[in-house]
Amino acid sequence: MTEFAIEAHDIVKTFNDGKFTALGGVSLQVPKGQVFGLLGPNGSGKTTMVRILSTILAPSSGSATVNGYDVFKQADEVRKSIGLAGQYAAVDENLTGYENLRMVGLLNHLDKSYVDKRAHELLANFGLTDAANRRTKTYSGGMRRRLDLAAALVGNPPILFLDEPTTGLDPQSRQDLWNIIENLVEGGTTVLLTTQYLEEADRLAKQLVVLDRGKIIAQGTSAELKAQLGNTVLVLTFHSPSDATKAVDVIKDVSSKPANIEGSVVEMTIDQGPASAADALRKLDASGIDLAGLVMREPSLDDVFLNLTGRKAEETPAEAPATGRRSRKARS
Amino acid sequence: MTMTIPTSSRSSLRWAISDVLVLARRNLIALLRIPIALVFSIIQPIMFVVLFRYVFGGAIHTGTNYVNYLIPGILVQTTIFGSVSTAIGLAEDLQKGLIERFRALPMARMAVLAGRTISDLARNVLVLLIITTVGFAVGFRPGGGIIAYVQASLLMLSFAYALSWGFAFIGLAAPTSEAAQAMTFPLIFPITFASAIFVPVQTMPSWLQGFASHQPVSVTAEAVRGLMLGIPHGADSYISLAWALGAVVLLGPLAVRKFRQAIK
Repeated sequence: MTEFAIEAHDIVKTFNDGKFTALGGVSLQVPKGQVFGLLGPNGSGKTTMVRILSTILAPSSGSATVNGYDVFKQADEVRKSIGLAGQYAAVDENLTGYENLRMVGLLNHLDKSYVDKRAHELLANFGLTDAANRRTKTYSGGMRRRLDLAAALVGNPPILFLDEPTTGLDPQSRQDLWNIIENLVEGGTTVLLTTQYLEEADRLAKQLVVLDRGKIIAQGTSAELKAQLGNTVLVLTFHSPSDATKAVDVIKDVSSKPANIEGSVVEMTIDQGPASAADALRKLDASGIDLAGLVMREPSLDDVFLNLTGRKAEETPAEAPATGRRSRKARS
Repeated sequence: MTMTIPTSSRSSLRWAISDVLVLARRNLIALLRIPIALVFSIIQPIMFVVLFRYVFGGAIHTGTNYVNYLIPGILVQTTIFGSVSTAIGLAEDLQKGLIERFRALPMARMAVLAGRTISDLARNVLVLLIITTVGFAVGFRPGGGIIAYVQASLLMLSFAYALSWGFAFIGLAAPTSEAAQAMTFPLIFPITFASAIFVPVQTMPSWLQGFASHQPVSVTAEAVRGLMLGIPHGADSYISLAWALGAVVLLGPLAVRKFRQAIK
């Protein structure tokens, strides 16, 4: 057995006879028993990577093992080792919560009486006992996500793939899911988490990989990435764009990172929080440029991207051209 | 977390059968919980019965009492339309991400398709019983005997089941369930109407007769009619069975292949 729960070497995936590259050679090593974050905007290749590692999609080239099994040659062993929960909460709307879990348990080839016990246990753990015998059509978004996650856990898989588990959820439901994920990892589960939210990756993941256009552009612990990024973003608003341009010149030495101008707003990631901000203000004051507003905030995924790529995260790169098959909405 | 999970030690074949039954059951539960879908699929053939029996029927001359000619044809048409639900059901599962979930489970690869086609077969049996009852209510009096009637029913159910595998392929290739339904229409419209379902093929223009009399739906309709009414129908039953077998052998692997590639 390897020490890694998931290992991938140089995974390439192209669509449309090679015209669109979803993954351009991605390698990962996910240690056992922790959350590993795959961070990136829509279209960066996150979902494609999860699909390949969960045996749903064959890569164009590359190799991977999950739980020590070859993803391509031992797909059935891999499937017995994993749970998959996705951003679209794949539960059967016509079945009740209990029936959904029972179906997935039986299709996992588990013993009937065990499936029954396990289904009730999971429903209880995820606060769904009262809704157990209601059709999932009537569930809220948060309840569906919890059931989807429960379905991924019926077989007690050592490895869990969570593809944007909290996208579109309200803050309370997001918090609930985070708690559940943390408990799972405490119990020894390995989680590969994809997310668009830096906050989520920061909270859950020990190690992170940042994907952009199918390539890894940064990796390390959350702290390392943040250090690379600077801890705080300083947002300065001026009375005119020309003031903003002048100001950038004045404060350019405050941070090792370049400032970004949009109209009369200047954004700059700063290295030392308040000290750097005070430094910037002193310099502006000395040069006589009037400030209209000042905000300091935590860096977001947008800032990571801006720093790493010089682009904003929402500027999704060229979407997969229509394939004539299913519209692949360039979901990462 | 080295919990020992009790997996039963069944053979892979027994597991495959179990997978198929679990999924077929799941589809039938949906059928019972949304009865309106079944009601709509029964209303259409009933309207055809009424239309042809009472509106067009007087103008159609088949040499027999037209209601006896019509009902076997309607039954064949209804079961073929019924097999379209395979395309719709699979397209829906794909759209909702369920196929993706199923494909990440350690179950038999063909189970989703087999489960779907089998539940659609069960649905077709139900529809067949209902439309048979409607037929008798409007004066259908077949003279072929009960055994031949059962044989005829099994024959058309086999034929529709075989078509289900083709519709499975369409369902997995279509972007939405609505598109799946739309895609099946140009296929089933010509083969059910340019056929011996409603009128004798001999009344059609000669350029159409060649197709209309040899295409599998006509062959099946003639066989079903012959068996139900107790009139000679040559080798039509065997030809129909051969078509069904050929369709499963050809379309089955195509559908399974499509299933392995299908992603939302």
